[in-house]
Amino acid sequence: MRKALSLLLFSVLVSLGVTAWGAGTIKLGVIAELTGDMPAVGASCRNAAEMAVKEVNAAGGLKVGKEKMKVELVVEDNAGKADQSAAAAQKLITQDEVLAIVGPNASRYAIPASEIAESSQTVLITPWSTNPKTTLDATTNKPKKYVFRACFIDPFQGGVLAKFALENLKAKKAAVLYDVASDYNKGIAEVFKANYEKLGGKIVAFETYTTNDKDFSAQLTKIKDAKPDVIFLPNYYSEVPLQVQQAKRLGITAPFIGSDSWGSNELLTLGGADLNGYYFSTHYAADNAAPVAKKFIADYEKAYGTKPDDVAALTYDAFGLLFDSIQSAGKADREAIRAALSTLPSYKGVTGDMKFQADSRDPIKSAVILQIKDGKFTYYTNANP
Amino acid sequence: MSEGIVYWLQQTLNALQLGSIYALIALGYTMVYGILTMINFAHGDVFMIGAFFCFLAAVYLGLPFAPTLLLTMLGAALLGVAIERLAYKPLRHAPRVSAIITALGVGIFLENFTLALAPYPKNIPALLENITWDLGGVSLSSLQVIIILLSLGLMFVLDYVVHRTPVGMAMRAISWDKTFVPLMGVPLDLIISITFAIGAGLAGAAGTMYALAYPVIDPYMGIMVGWKAFISAVVGGIGNIRGAMIGAFILGGVEIMVTAFFPSTYRDFVAFTLLMLLILVRPYGILGKPRTQKV
Repeated sequence: MRKALSLLLFSVLVSLGVTAWGAGTIKLGVIAELTGDMPAVGASCRNAAEMAVKEVNAAGGLKVGKEKMKVELVVEDNAGKADQSAAAAQKLITQDEVLAIVGPNASRYAIPASEIAESSQTVLITPWSTNPKTTLDATTNKPKKYVFRACFIDPFQGGVLAKFALENLKAKKAAVLYDVASDYNKGIAEVFKANYEKLGGKIVAFETYTTNDKDFSAQLTKIKDAKPDVIFLPNYYSEVPLQVQQAKRLGITAPFIGSDSWGSNELLTLGGADLNGYYFSTHYAADNAAPVAKKFIADYEKAYGTKPDDVAALTYDAFGLLFDSIQSAGKADREAIRAALSTLPSYKGVTGDMKFQADSRDPIKSAVILQIKDGKFTYYTNANP
Repeated sequence: MSEGIVYWLQQTLNALQLGSIYALIALGYTMVYGILTMINFAHGDVFMIGAFFCFLAAVYLGLPFAPTLLLTMLGAALLGVAIERLAYKPLRHAPRVSAIITALGVGIFLENFTLALAPYPKNIPALLENITWDLGGVSLSSLQVIIILLSLGLMFVLDYVVHRTPVGMAMRAISWDKTFVPLMGVPLDLIISITFAIGAGLAGAAGTMYALAYPVIDPYMGIMVGWKAFISAVVGGIGNIRGAMIGAFILGGVEIMVTAFFPSTYRDFVAFTLLMLLILVRPYGILGKPRTQKV
């Protein structure tokens, strides 16, 4: 009995000690695709998150009410899996008790994680998930209360690309090859099709494949047979080079266009010269950045040796949004942060100005079109649908 | 040529390329089964390691195609022998299920070992300059020609070795009877090692060709391809070398043709339904024969 009592006393003391020690810090969670099929995305996300937190801590921390609080980062890997994304969100919220979460990035991981965040009433900002479903409630189709994003959404991006293909590339006939098992690819392919047809273009082939396929020869042969002027590949950077190379081997000469899933530097490593001259839409152009962004790009290059891709820039902005809303909320409280974030005045981020509308979790911002030129992403034009 | 014919010729070429790669891997499954009546589930991952050997030889040693291919086959063959000696030989008299679990374990080990060393997908440089010929609308790439011819060549060599040489005769004898054949002076362990070396070497060759045709490789690439090759071997009649080749070309053809006719999501379900029906009609596969148990 005495032993049990002392054990109880001990555990109470320990827990008191922990809370007292933890009072001066704010815990923020990150869910990133560190392993799995898109590790470059996860690495960019983690790098930018660590940089954002380091900068805030170097400046003494966040000003919350009257006291300055340091930020502590908890990074979880989702292993490129939907179930592990949800599990990581659960762990961050209940076990690590983070104040808010940034990530996951790909829509097929962000959607399951967002469900957990919403039901646990914790703010989650996804940097890179552009599928509309991420911030919408699946049953009511109304905006989720706690899930935000730092990027534009696919209906917007699909519209931008449809217009670009018709007006800039003068392509009257388009073909699409997309991963039908992935929320992002499927969503944007459908939006592109609808917009392209509405603007007077003709979709001559609308072909699908499934995640992890490596052989696209049957679909590409069908596409070749349909003689398109342009081929849209709204797929992730690890698959696009395979698709382009196989198409060229089949004698396809039409140009390719892509969406923001192309925007990783890994695309250039994997694809090389085969991708030269093609265009894609994305969130920001490193070589045509605003002054706020220039400092970020320089710091990131110094710290990690590569130019920040769009995931890095958007993650950095997601943290910027979070920091601003924590400071304006004035207290480290999940509900207060949610309220502050949704009423935040226009935020000047690395990827441009953004603001959340009253009834939406998707910021209003514009897209850029980049061209791949001599193994580099080069700014081509700004784009709005 | 009319457009319809061009289209189907093109799809047939696509099917031949895919079938060739499945066939090279299927041979490894069928050979090991033929001799040990054991399904070597790590075989798909040996194929994956083959692709990574190809990456190492091409990128770090800067070798051209032919030495890369030879080195990869040799490396994979050694890996195959090592796996057999370390993981399967001690279990040769253990219950069948233990050997299967060990094979699965070896496969998972190989995947995660590679993942730990190379978490990012790797790009294989173009080892061969690709030329695409236009034959009346049908595009034929030099890579396709090499893959198909090299695979067929290797299969003919293997067929010759198994049916016309003393080593091949020893293999066939052991697959017939493991108790009495060694008593007649056939070195059991050596023949089993040779079988694993040949099977793994062919998987290495498949890995190289796959890496050239689909030059983005990752540690999990062997799982699905391995399954498909295994299924090819079963459809053709597991244990039968010619059957494995036939099964692989059937599977490759069905996959490509289903995708050509239907939406791609139908591919696996139509392909596997057809294969299951085939198995129902011929339970031992196309060329397989039931083994009679002599008492």
